[in-house]
Amino acid sequence: MHPVWTPLLLSLKVAGLATLLNLVLGVAAAYGLSRWRSPLRDFIDSVLTLPLVLPPTVMGYYLLVLFGRRGTFGAWLESMGIQLVFTWQGAVLASTVVAFPLVLKAARAAFESVDHQLEEAARVLGVSEAGVFLRVSLPLATRGIMAGVLLAFARALGEFGATLMVAGNLPGRTQTLSVAIYEAVQAGDDGAATLLVAITSITCVVLLMLAGRLVPDRSQLQIR
Amino acid sequence: MSVELQIQKQLRAADRVFDLDIAFASDSQRIVLYGPSGSGKSLTLKAIAGLMTPDAGHIRLNGRTLFDAGQGIDLRVQQRNVAYLFQDYALFPHLTVAQNIAFGLARGCFNLRHPAEHPAVARWLQAFELQAIAHSRPAQISGGQRQRVALARALAAEPDILLLDEPFSALDLTLRERMREELAQLQNRLQVPMLLITHDPADVEALGQTVFELRDGRIVGR
Repeated sequence: MHPVWTPLLLSLKVAGLATLLNLVLGVAAAYGLSRWRSPLRDFIDSVLTLPLVLPPTVMGYYLLVLFGRRGTFGAWLESMGIQLVFTWQGAVLASTVVAFPLVLKAARAAFESVDHQLEEAARVLGVSEAGVFLRVSLPLATRGIMAGVLLAFARALGEFGATLMVAGNLPGRTQTLSVAIYEAVQAGDDGAATLLVAITSITCVVLLMLAGRLVPDRSQLQIR
Repeated sequence: MSVELQIQKQLRAADRVFDLDIAFASDSQRIVLYGPSGSGKSLTLKAIAGLMTPDAGHIRLNGRTLFDAGQGIDLRVQQRNVAYLFQDYALFPHLTVAQNIAFGLARGCFNLRHPAEHPAVARWLQAFELQAIAHSRPAQISGGQRQRVALARALAAEPDILLLDEPFSALDLTLRERMREELAQLQNRLQVPMLLITHDPADVEALGQTVFELRDGRIVGR
């Protein structure tokens, strides 16, 4: 296999898994936050949004402190034979964390834009809370959530700083697209670098366009 | 069907305070709460449905206690078995007419498959002449049709009482008259108790068997 495709496939695998994790975690956190009435709510929301503004290398550092071989959780995982640093699973962890706020913000906005009266109507009809979520809130929030998921996937695909620190740069094992580009440029291999950059750019533009078309189209759902 | 209600609620917004202090009891099949906007009618209706929790008092429907602050009883919305018709109907925009009507027939995590074939749904589609639009979405049907769908949805769940929040305010005058008649006939046929709130005296004339007048959060007349 041409060496260019390995980082691409690895990036797709890592970003795909990270996005899947974020879909579950992000939607759950967003729904919880949107319905939780507490002064702590905004604080928790800010903490969960931090990875969006902190520099990736700072995120990488925090992840090492927590999940490194002698880290807070890392030591415990080590004792069970699980190692995250210098593995593609570590790359998934890094990508998940940095892209999480993108799903969280989009999902929370989507849930809050659902007409509360519709949820009330569902309750009055006797439907359980889980039913209200699955049959009313989630379907009506899906477009907004999907827009966030696409952005999160694009972000995870291009992740560099945190990934480099946690997973390192092991060709074929943890060398994702961005890391491969970095190495190609460092080594002066312009051909490889250009090709990798082109692939990444086109993928991101396509994702952005798709996300743009999914932004809640209220006119379709408005009854008036 | 007897309704017995005595509730107090205080609402604060910026510098204004609204005190709701309502008490009434009636055995009538058609109760109308009449009053201007802001008199507390909607709040009272929401309290009966469980969408608003009063600060104090009790609410009893046919002897069944839905709410009693003193005894710590506050039945969840899902357990009250009342039907609530919202002012703008609150139809689910992503579901068809048949799915909307069938919504309350499935109480769990999934919508009913083939809703139009369910006997209760088919009955209501026929009663309100909605068969032709059974698979349309709410955005594609007229205002009068939407109200019928909302009514069918509310009644399909076989409620103990039908609560109506200004049911005709979204309709034009001619449609209003027709819908009042339809509602009166429907109520006669089904014998479902009805509690309606409105600021329109014409509604009171057409549908009120027992009328309570509200003003500023209090009952001022009968």
